[in-house]
Amino acid sequence: MIAMPCVSPDGKPTSSGFATLKAVKGGASSPKEIGDATGQPLFRVRSGLRELVSAGFLEMSEYKYILTSDGENVL
Amino acid sequence: MEEKTDVVSLPLLGGKAPDFEAPTTQGTLRLSDFKGSWLVLFSHPADFTPVCTTEFMAFSEIYDELQKRNTELLGLSVDSVSSHIAWIRNVEEKMGVKIPFPIIADLNKEVSTLFGMIHPAQSKTETIRCVFIIDPEGIVRTILYYPLTTGRNMQEILRIIDALQTTDEHKVATPANWKPGDPVVVPPPGTTEQAEERVKEGYDCKDWYLCYKKL
Repeated sequence: MIAMPCVSPDGKPTSSGFATLKAVKGGASSPKEIGDATGQPLFRVRSGLRELVSAGFLEMSEYKYILTSDGENVL
Repeated sequence: MEEKTDVVSLPLLGGKAPDFEAPTTQGTLRLSDFKGSWLVLFSHPADFTPVCTTEFMAFSEIYDELQKRNTELLGLSVDSVSSHIAWIRNVEEKMGVKIPFPIIADLNKEVSTLFGMIHPAQSKTETIRCVFIIDPEGIVRTILYYPLTTGRNMQEILRIIDALQTTDEHKVATPANWKPGDPVVVPPPGTTEQAEERVKEGYDCKDWYLCYKKL
């Protein structure tokens, strides 16, 4: 089993995943900004962003993270 | 018949630390996720063992000091994520110490092989006590190897990070037993002209090649 701190095995965001999605909705778009908004260390943010992109909740556009429709819906 | 030996190129001081992706107690992490921070990547022989338990409590004790130095911790052993979780929960329950940093579950020995953490003459199945101090650009700055029986000295790890950061900031070296606040060593002159000038530059010079200054 691959451990995923931001997306639970049932495919829903975990509490840290929700915190990241809320930060993006609030305007944070880079790992540094998301780390500042959530209080998570940068390495955790980078790892979590990969998971949230892979799960379809976030996507990258012009080097910025934005919510997908699934990301909007889950919040 | 000649015995065939696999030769692994190990990270060396000044070289780029090899990137990897590995399962940890805090999710799947890559070495490159730590870019921008100093990193202490360390291995321990096994979960639920006495010396390793004392080391993990000691690493947790210096965690806040490391954070002040923009430094993260990343542990590793060849145990599973479930074993790591059970162990750190046990340490918290029995010893009252929370382990705040991630631990790699290197079951396939991929990362430990990459970093030369298994020394077969010590153990073919366990990682020895390695410490790799990696700078924010991913360059290996210090490598320490300890045997299975000797727990690490956390104050020395902090001291090395202080020394490396002081060197980077002030372009100086640090003498034996240096600690923050002590005089540092000015890099030795490279020419006879610089050597003659060095002793007139106001440093505390024992001779032209050994000059101290206060920061």
